[in-house]
Amino acid sequence: MKKLTGAEIIWECLQKEGVDVVFGYPGGAILPTYDAMTKYPKIHHVLVRHEQGATHMADGYARASGKVGVAIATSGPGATNMVTGIATAMMDSSPIVCITGQVGSKAIGTDAFQETDVTGVTLPVTKHNYLVTKPGDIARAIREAFYIAKSGRPGPVLVDITKDAQQLTAEFDWEAAAPKLPGYRPNHRAPDSEFTRAAELINAAKRPLILAGQGIIKSGTTEEVLKLAKTAGIPITTTLLGIGAIPASSPLNLGMMGMHGESWVNEAIQQADLLIALGMRFDDRVTGNLKTYALNAKKIHVDIDPTEINKNVPVDVALIGDLREVLAEIQPQVKKADHADWWTTIKAARGDSAVRDIQTLPDNGHLYAAHVINDIWRLTQKRETIVVTDVGQHQMWEAQYFRHDEPRSLITSGGLGTMGFALPAAIGAKFACPDKDVWVVVGDGGFQMTSCELATAEQEGIKVNVAIINNSFLGMVRQWQEFFYDKRYAATPMTGPDFVKLAEAYRLSGLRCNQRSDVKATVTKTLADKKTVVIDFVVEKEDSVFPMVPAGADLDKMIRRPKQDVMLESGSDKEWEMPASPLPNVFTEKQVEAKALTGRGKSASARPAKKTAKSRR
Amino acid sequence: MAKHTLIAYVEDVPGVLNRVASLFRRRNFNIDSLTVGGTDQPGVSRLTVVVDTTEAGARIVEANLYKLVNVLRVDDLTHKASLTRELGLVKVKVTPDTRAQILQLVDVFRARVVDVDEKTITAEVTGTPEKIAKFELILRPYGIAEMVRTGAVSMARGHEPVSSAPPQVRTVTDHAHDNSGISMSV
Repeated sequence: MKKLTGAEIIWECLQKEGVDVVFGYPGGAILPTYDAMTKYPKIHHVLVRHEQGATHMADGYARASGKVGVAIATSGPGATNMVTGIATAMMDSSPIVCITGQVGSKAIGTDAFQETDVTGVTLPVTKHNYLVTKPGDIARAIREAFYIAKSGRPGPVLVDITKDAQQLTAEFDWEAAAPKLPGYRPNHRAPDSEFTRAAELINAAKRPLILAGQGIIKSGTTEEVLKLAKTAGIPITTTLLGIGAIPASSPLNLGMMGMHGESWVNEAIQQADLLIALGMRFDDRVTGNLKTYALNAKKIHVDIDPTEINKNVPVDVALIGDLREVLAEIQPQVKKADHADWWTTIKAARGDSAVRDIQTLPDNGHLYAAHVINDIWRLTQKRETIVVTDVGQHQMWEAQYFRHDEPRSLITSGGLGTMGFALPAAIGAKFACPDKDVWVVVGDGGFQMTSCELATAEQEGIKVNVAIINNSFLGMVRQWQEFFYDKRYAATPMTGPDFVKLAEAYRLSGLRCNQRSDVKATVTKTLADKKTVVIDFVVEKEDSVFPMVPAGADLDKMIRRPKQDVMLESGSDKEWEMPASPLPNVFTEKQVEAKALTGRGKSASARPAKKTAKSRR
Repeated sequence: MAKHTLIAYVEDVPGVLNRVASLFRRRNFNIDSLTVGGTDQPGVSRLTVVVDTTEAGARIVEANLYKLVNVLRVDDLTHKASLTRELGLVKVKVTPDTRAQILQLVDVFRARVVDVDEKTITAEVTGTPEKIAKFELILRPYGIAEMVRTGAVSMARGHEPVSSAPPQVRTVTDHAHDNSGISMSV
């Protein structure tokens, strides 16, 4: 049996796990591991500019490839910088393994230089974590980490390894290090009776609806879900992370649900008599007010994680298990149906929205983010493209106007809503899929959080296309301030650097576009450039994302998109329609009081501050 | 809201108690009492957790406990015939006048005197948490110098098969009394 140092064992394990790239940043406590790296040239190491970037890259790599992403950092600040990326991966069930150095085992607990209780710090944001103090324990910890990260509901696992454990030697026995996890049961199977009950509900439904989540992408069951929907005539709507699970071009796919979902979708959810939730978790951004959510509907919930069942929405049938197995069990019991009346109802509601489609707005000299995103989609349709978004308005516009037909073609921080995610995650995705085009759609705010990773892209010589949707605002927060805080734009106006010059400072290409007529040329030029390109799309400052379900409001009480003919009338104060009934919980009592005092907005049902056509300029 | 008693068998590894305690805190459940100790099986510890929550909340706690990698098995004893015991040590102030009364009360509660000096008597009492609370209440007028309780430990009555079978799943409609979707008790 070979005797190796702990550091060598780490690399041997990574190699055995099939890792071809790791994202990391060296430092004192991880130095033995970095020193040993030189003996393992098959694994490519990407030097990031901030450890948060390393975790987002590992995450982007994992989401694009379906494999486990790996990030490495040193103790203390190196590890704590990773926390945001780990929490992001946790919320979106992304399999990553983080390896961190720790101070020597004898120094633990002495407040040694760069010491932090990293297992303690990351405990609530990892699926599991390890502190390893002996070289002989490293192999098993890493094997278990990979197994836990990718099995069941995937998630991040952290392995914290003391410096002496990296330096000392031990026998490396891969077989003996097989996972021993007596309490870990990632694979559940629902009882047969539940499958029968689920099929009965599906067969009896008149207005069924499939809620498609990221679980479909993780389990690779796009075909199976489409087959079920086709057989039983069931329309499908996706969550944000479920985008791409069902091709946007499929007639069965209605579009996205939830806070910024399509109006006809949210209306359909409220009218449905059966919701079939597949690999989604009834997030509050998806349900709106839980007290009024889909009250007419029976609910079937399929999820691999038992803790999701009844967490937010009580369900009638729970099918805990792997989606592929569950669908295989149900499919034979499902009868053919077309639900023509139900489809007619949905189509009628959808038709009403056509007049509100911003794509029908002729070029009026202003650059709208929705147009930019739609144009990028049109111009890249014939190419294999992955879009990675940040968080905010641009993310919602991307979800609405970029029509994804492939699973894993949209990568976005859903659950945690992490600004700064896009650029590093895109770099990770590019390493996972070097043959695909990778686009970053990012706001000017989020971009400035991790723009240092442009240096990583430059050093690695990789090409990502960065579309900054620049409205000189923290746009989504500004939108909330406009709607719910009387347009008091506290701390949301934001200046940025000259993004073109910034790109050039990193020896990359920079472009600027502020005309709708220039989008095509800009995108074409970007695609032709071999280097990473940063495009500064200077868009309308005070544009808002519609439709919108205000936080805590009923799902079908949306602020609809403005009608496009009205939008063109200058000075009109009827640019959008607020729902007829009062919006509950939108204003706190204090705000309502304050409004009454100032004589504005007598009640919670009052329309938020009027937006004039002027403010668009 | 009601008291729910959950039993968790966990691997005896460093940090496992932290993982369990952290789970309750971050999922916003209030622990009434939590005790840990060994079992007849080497490497396996046993926790008794009492939480104040709804029936549905108890199911969520149970499912979340199962999600912890080091948790081997979870039992909910709330609706099962079970034994619950707690130990309390009560050090009560005495004067020559009250000594006899206190000794009498100790006797009534089937507690045991474990230490005596000229100013205090320390009694050891075991029983249900309610009994210990009552014992404290009765002695309080005399002046309690110091008191400690261990927290509850629980065990099902009779023959309870120990199984490593995967958690069973059921839904609300199966069990009218049970306002929850799943039960993972074995």
